[in-house]
Amino acid sequence: MTDTQQPTSDPYAGTQETTSGPVFTVTGQDWDSVTAGSDGREEHIVVNMGPQHPSTHGVLRLILEVDGEMVTEARAGIGYLHTGIEKNMEFRSWTQGVTFCTRMDYVAPFFNEAAYVLSLEKLLGITDEIPEKAQTLRVLMMELNRISSHLVCIATGGMELGALTVMTCGFRDREEILDLFEMITGLRMNSAYFRPGGVSMDLPSGALEKIAETVALLRKRLPEYAALCNANPIFKGRLVDVGYLDVAGCLSLGITGPPLRATGLDWDLRKKQPYCGYETYDFETITWDQPDSYGRFRVRQAEMWESLKIVEQAAARLATMEGQPVMVDDKKIAWPAQLAIGADGMGNSLDHIKHIMGESMEALIHHFKLVTEGFRVPAGQTYVAIESPRGEIGCHLVSDGGTRPYRAHFRDPSFVNLQGTSVMSERGMLSDVIVAIASIDPVMGGVDR
Amino acid sequence: MTPADDAPKRPDVQRPNTQDVSHEQVAEPRGAEVVPSDASTLEVVDVREGMFGVRGTGDTSGYGGLTRPVTLPGATQRPFGGWFDDVADRLDSALTSEQLTGSVEKVVVDRDEITFHVRAADLLTVARVMRDDPALRFELCSSVSGVHYPHETGREMHVVHHLLSMTHNRRVRLEVAVPDADPHLPSVVPVYPTADWHERETFDMFGIVFDGHPALTRILMPDDWPGHPQRKDYPLGGIPVEYKGATVPPPDQRRSYN
Repeated sequence: MTDTQQPTSDPYAGTQETTSGPVFTVTGQDWDSVTAGSDGREEHIVVNMGPQHPSTHGVLRLILEVDGEMVTEARAGIGYLHTGIEKNMEFRSWTQGVTFCTRMDYVAPFFNEAAYVLSLEKLLGITDEIPEKAQTLRVLMMELNRISSHLVCIATGGMELGALTVMTCGFRDREEILDLFEMITGLRMNSAYFRPGGVSMDLPSGALEKIAETVALLRKRLPEYAALCNANPIFKGRLVDVGYLDVAGCLSLGITGPPLRATGLDWDLRKKQPYCGYETYDFETITWDQPDSYGRFRVRQAEMWESLKIVEQAAARLATMEGQPVMVDDKKIAWPAQLAIGADGMGNSLDHIKHIMGESMEALIHHFKLVTEGFRVPAGQTYVAIESPRGEIGCHLVSDGGTRPYRAHFRDPSFVNLQGTSVMSERGMLSDVIVAIASIDPVMGGVDR
Repeated sequence: MTPADDAPKRPDVQRPNTQDVSHEQVAEPRGAEVVPSDASTLEVVDVREGMFGVRGTGDTSGYGGLTRPVTLPGATQRPFGGWFDDVADRLDSALTSEQLTGSVEKVVVDRDEITFHVRAADLLTVARVMRDDPALRFELCSSVSGVHYPHETGREMHVVHHLLSMTHNRRVRLEVAVPDADPHLPSVVPVYPTADWHERETFDMFGIVFDGHPALTRILMPDDWPGHPQRKDYPLGGIPVEYKGATVPPPDQRRSYN
């Protein structure tokens, strides 16, 4: 395109003569020189929104071509948060992989862990041997996480509209759930709680009471969002008919999760391809009849109520499972040390340390081998997909029979759903781009991995 | 090349179906028949030596003489079981009516998942049949990604497509192998627009070129990045960390079990 380039002191801010007219690059405080050089008839502006922009859900870069206030072309630039998680996993043992993948979609870490361990357990062929209590704990944590993730979506979405009360309410309630995570797993996020074969530790005492308290609190507070937003004329004015994408568009672009269910298609992997015993819980698949940002908001809101129902059922089951194992019986796979939360935080169980250091030489050897070398996984490949708050998160694992993943790939729903940016925001207003993107709720940690 | 020329001269390596055999079978079209070998036979893709990742004189462990073949599940005989046979039959007949023979190189059924190994040139037709045939109807392409098998000579780069049929509630995997020297295969974007970013990521990470893709550029790495990070010959990188006088090497240089 560039025919001639004028020499300027700043290589990035200058005027270029191209075949389609002069191109001005604006970097700030130089608007006068731009307006002086342009005759104002053919304004064709490309706005680079992000990667550092409060309204773009993290480091997302939007390249928008605007005609006045109307967006004529929208493209998303990603990769600013790429950390090479998939490559790193190839250099760590299968068990260590959990601590990597939990950091992808940091708003819904338990779903990353679940996709990974379920895929790994399928590779190992131990899917049916996972103790029921471990599966129930997984369901409990995933559903609590679904609520906290939807709360973040609604909170940040509200913030991006300027509805700061929605934001403070959302983060206030999410905090309650993070407190629960901290109590049960020792960490507020990125817990690496799901392990191949089960979960890292049993429920601490008092957890069930705390869960019941939190559920009761959320039951009281969730109606606040409905009261604040559902019929709010400003809120509806910003969301209704914005970011419209029907079922054909969703399927061809691979978009799943709340955006797909807002089109009326009841596709929820928890119902359609159940895992972790979801078929034994009583809950509904939420759909909506309007595939726009408002429909997605309502789907998320209703899904939080369904998740609360599942949390209550899981907690009731856990109350009857005291003392049952949370890790698979196979000592060649189960992580030898059980973690425990002591007065000074989470650490190895003192009973276990006493056992290996003072009582049994064989236990020490076994512990050493399993922790340093890890277990071997029979060669092959699996793909397991589960329903994350954002849609289908899939984990493709390839094993060559060794102690490390040969290849781990995650199909992250944020990555796929973000492809809808263009079709949802082109020929719309500039301000609606933000609403459309907030309605698909991308988490850049998951997009870039 | 005959299998006997190249098969490792070790007693513990399974001979009947080494990678070279499968490669040779792939080269010649076999009509609509899709099952070339015995299900129990595994495919050797690599041979592991030693125990601790150290080669040659550096290995003082005494385990340096250990050799173990690395095998992946081989082709499966019919019947595949369940709905796998329905899908395979339907795909066969649909491809025959498209005047295509030998598009499916082999079928692997492993861990309740079915994988169709598809000839690269026919991928787009196979994808279209998979999406449009009412008895197949795989509407959604969940994921496209790559796997690098440097020891599979002539078939180093594998591209894996995961398809989902919401109509029939089924999942299948299409796997395409292309040589590292000429890593080209058709893009499935005309059939599944969602593959756009997946294919860009696979290009970015493996250097595999999807012909017909609307804008095959890097997506996660910077535009001017040299190399393709997920390839096995690309180092993980990292710097040694000094801690209290000792130096911890980066993860890819630490001693490890293999």
